[in-house]
Amino acid sequence: MPLNDELRRFVTENFMFGKVGNGFADGDSFLERGIIDSTGVMELVAFLEEQYGIKLHDEDLIPDNLDSINGLARFVESRLQPN
Amino acid sequence: MCGIAGLFNLDGAVVVPESLRAMIRMLAHRGPDDTGFHIDNGVGLAHARLSIIDLAGGQQPMCNEDSTLWITFNGEIFNYVELREELISKGHRFATRSDTEVILHLYEEKGEDCVENLNGQWAFAIWDNQRRRLFLSRDRLGVRPLFYTQAKNTFVFGSEIKAIFACAGTSREIDFNGLDEVFTYWCTIPPTTLFRNIHELPPGHSMTVDAAGAVVRQYWDCQFEGTSKVVDPSQEQARADELLELLIDATQVRLRSDVPVGAYLSGGLDSAFTTALVQKFTNVRLRTFSVAFDDPEFDESFFQREAVRFLDTDHEEIRCSKNQIGEVFPEVIWHSEKPVLRTAPAPMYLLSRLVRNSGYKVVVTGEGSDEVLGGYDIFKETKIRRFWESQPDSQVRPILLRRLYPYLQNIQNQPDAYRKAFFHINVDCQQQPCFSHIPRWQLTAKLKTFFSDATRAEIAVDSGFSKVRDRLPQRYSSWDSFCQAQYLEAKYLLPGYILSSQGDRMAMAHSVEGRFPFLDHRVVEFASRLPVSLKMKVLNEKYLLKRCAAGLIPLSVANRQKQPYRAPEACSFLQPAAHDYMQELLSPEQIRRDGVFDGPAVAMLLEKFRKGAAIGIKDNMGLVGIVSTQLLLHQFINHFEGRMTSYAA
Repeated sequence: MPLNDELRRFVTENFMFGKVGNGFADGDSFLERGIIDSTGVMELVAFLEEQYGIKLHDEDLIPDNLDSINGLARFVESRLQPN
Repeated sequence: MCGIAGLFNLDGAVVVPESLRAMIRMLAHRGPDDTGFHIDNGVGLAHARLSIIDLAGGQQPMCNEDSTLWITFNGEIFNYVELREELISKGHRFATRSDTEVILHLYEEKGEDCVENLNGQWAFAIWDNQRRRLFLSRDRLGVRPLFYTQAKNTFVFGSEIKAIFACAGTSREIDFNGLDEVFTYWCTIPPTTLFRNIHELPPGHSMTVDAAGAVVRQYWDCQFEGTSKVVDPSQEQARADELLELLIDATQVRLRSDVPVGAYLSGGLDSAFTTALVQKFTNVRLRTFSVAFDDPEFDESFFQREAVRFLDTDHEEIRCSKNQIGEVFPEVIWHSEKPVLRTAPAPMYLLSRLVRNSGYKVVVTGEGSDEVLGGYDIFKETKIRRFWESQPDSQVRPILLRRLYPYLQNIQNQPDAYRKAFFHINVDCQQQPCFSHIPRWQLTAKLKTFFSDATRAEIAVDSGFSKVRDRLPQRYSSWDSFCQAQYLEAKYLLPGYILSSQGDRMAMAHSVEGRFPFLDHRVVEFASRLPVSLKMKVLNEKYLLKRCAAGLIPLSVANRQKQPYRAPEACSFLQPAAHDYMQELLSPEQIRRDGVFDGPAVAMLLEKFRKGAAIGIKDNMGLVGIVSTQLLLHQFINHFEGRMTSYAA
């Protein structure tokens, strides 16, 4: 499954419980759309670490990385690329 | 403490005794010692008695000398001794030593204003035969419950809704606006309840019912007028002495009882303090009771033992597991009569069973102190948010919020940008009248994701928390934001959840009466006028109370980091004891049949729990709310007759 779709599926199932309403775009802010609130961030982090085998440090926990499907995908891809 | 019920046929039609009997039977847990009825002239009053004062002479319903007034009363009037003397000096003649009779004579003397002279916790109905009028009243803070409905020409009331449902001709339907309120404010906003056309008489209100109709009148409200001015330290001790004197008296009058009085010990400051007052200022040898948890995250038994050792009480504790919470939860909802978002009432249910099995009927507790004297984290949170908002870009100020919730891992670990969004650090929110509670209510309202489309369609629009906002007292906007937060807690969550779902209903499930010195209205009124700095000095909560308590309670309890009372949450429903009802009530078929929740959304939440991936407050509150609502539907809508039959047996 493409990365964006995989991330979208996790977000819709775990934070929206399948109720996507009018949907949301890959660039939409989770915070602004009320999709993920602060208590959900840790769940998101746990998912990324487990699913992709990456480790998130404090400095990674910023909206640029975690606040949209595009942001998440960009962040995961950058971590998965060999140095 | 007792259960009351009654009905009034406005057209004078004869009351059918079996209706009245069926109603009071449903309150047998509130009053197992005796049952009484009065039927006359289109009116029926019923009473289930838990004998505490004047064991021989306090039977109810009770009448005055010429039988023109009849009362059915649940509660205690703590200043009845003084009121009785005053009334005797005015020529009233008493036939009993009970506090019940004092209300009757005071009503003769002052009419409906009589409630203003009462110091106590009450819900009562007086039938005034000469005026053919029913007068009902509920205490200032909402310690004792009172519900009513009117169907055609019949007015029906009861201590609990189940008694009203037992009256022939009463319909049972969910009120979706009540459900919406619980899934926003954690409680219903009176007069709304979870059931259509069933109303709750709000705390501090009385009502009259006669052929002309029903009139509800407020006779008291909390007024938190304290200013933010700093008090000269030299005057602090004088205020502490005043508060201590009031609390000693409030405790002493709450020990008026013809049966032994026990006390709850939570391990916190408040209950240790009330226990200390009983030990130090009365001759009562006190038995104390507490809940300990298997899970160390919630367990406070170390501090409970410290208090027991220091205060030298005879102590008993019950250990509570997740499985036990799952096991008793259906009974918890049967008694609470509304959904809850936390499992915390369940251990209180187990605790009152321990008290009852130990032969006690009355307990003193520390309830109310946090609301009245400024103990809750939400008050601290409000101060910090105001402080942060004055410099929104500060990197240092938000660190205070992390210190505030050391027990909430998510808050600890979240990035500042998210914390800022969660606590609504923005210009729009600053101006909101319910500023303090917006983060809590917005978080809770997200649980409505689980409502079905049909449920959403039934709910009236409540934009900007208008149900609360539109009822704020006139002077509210002039109060300090700390006081505003206190008002919202004392006005809604205290009666709507703490004193009911976690208090009266859990205690009375096992015929145990709670008494609360901090909720003596003299203490509440004194505290409401205190400057904010004496309630919370910088971020030191219950500052003045701590001064009062110095030397009376162990230092380890006085100085400990405040820990709110919490219990293992939704994981309790994954335990073996909950297996059967979870399978039945949360099955896709049952969710679809009941129609309140969205089946796929509930299934996804359950799956998240089964995978161990549900770690947030929201998921926990969501599942507790869904399970409790399904239990409510099962017991009150779908299978109420079965429960009625078991009570009849």
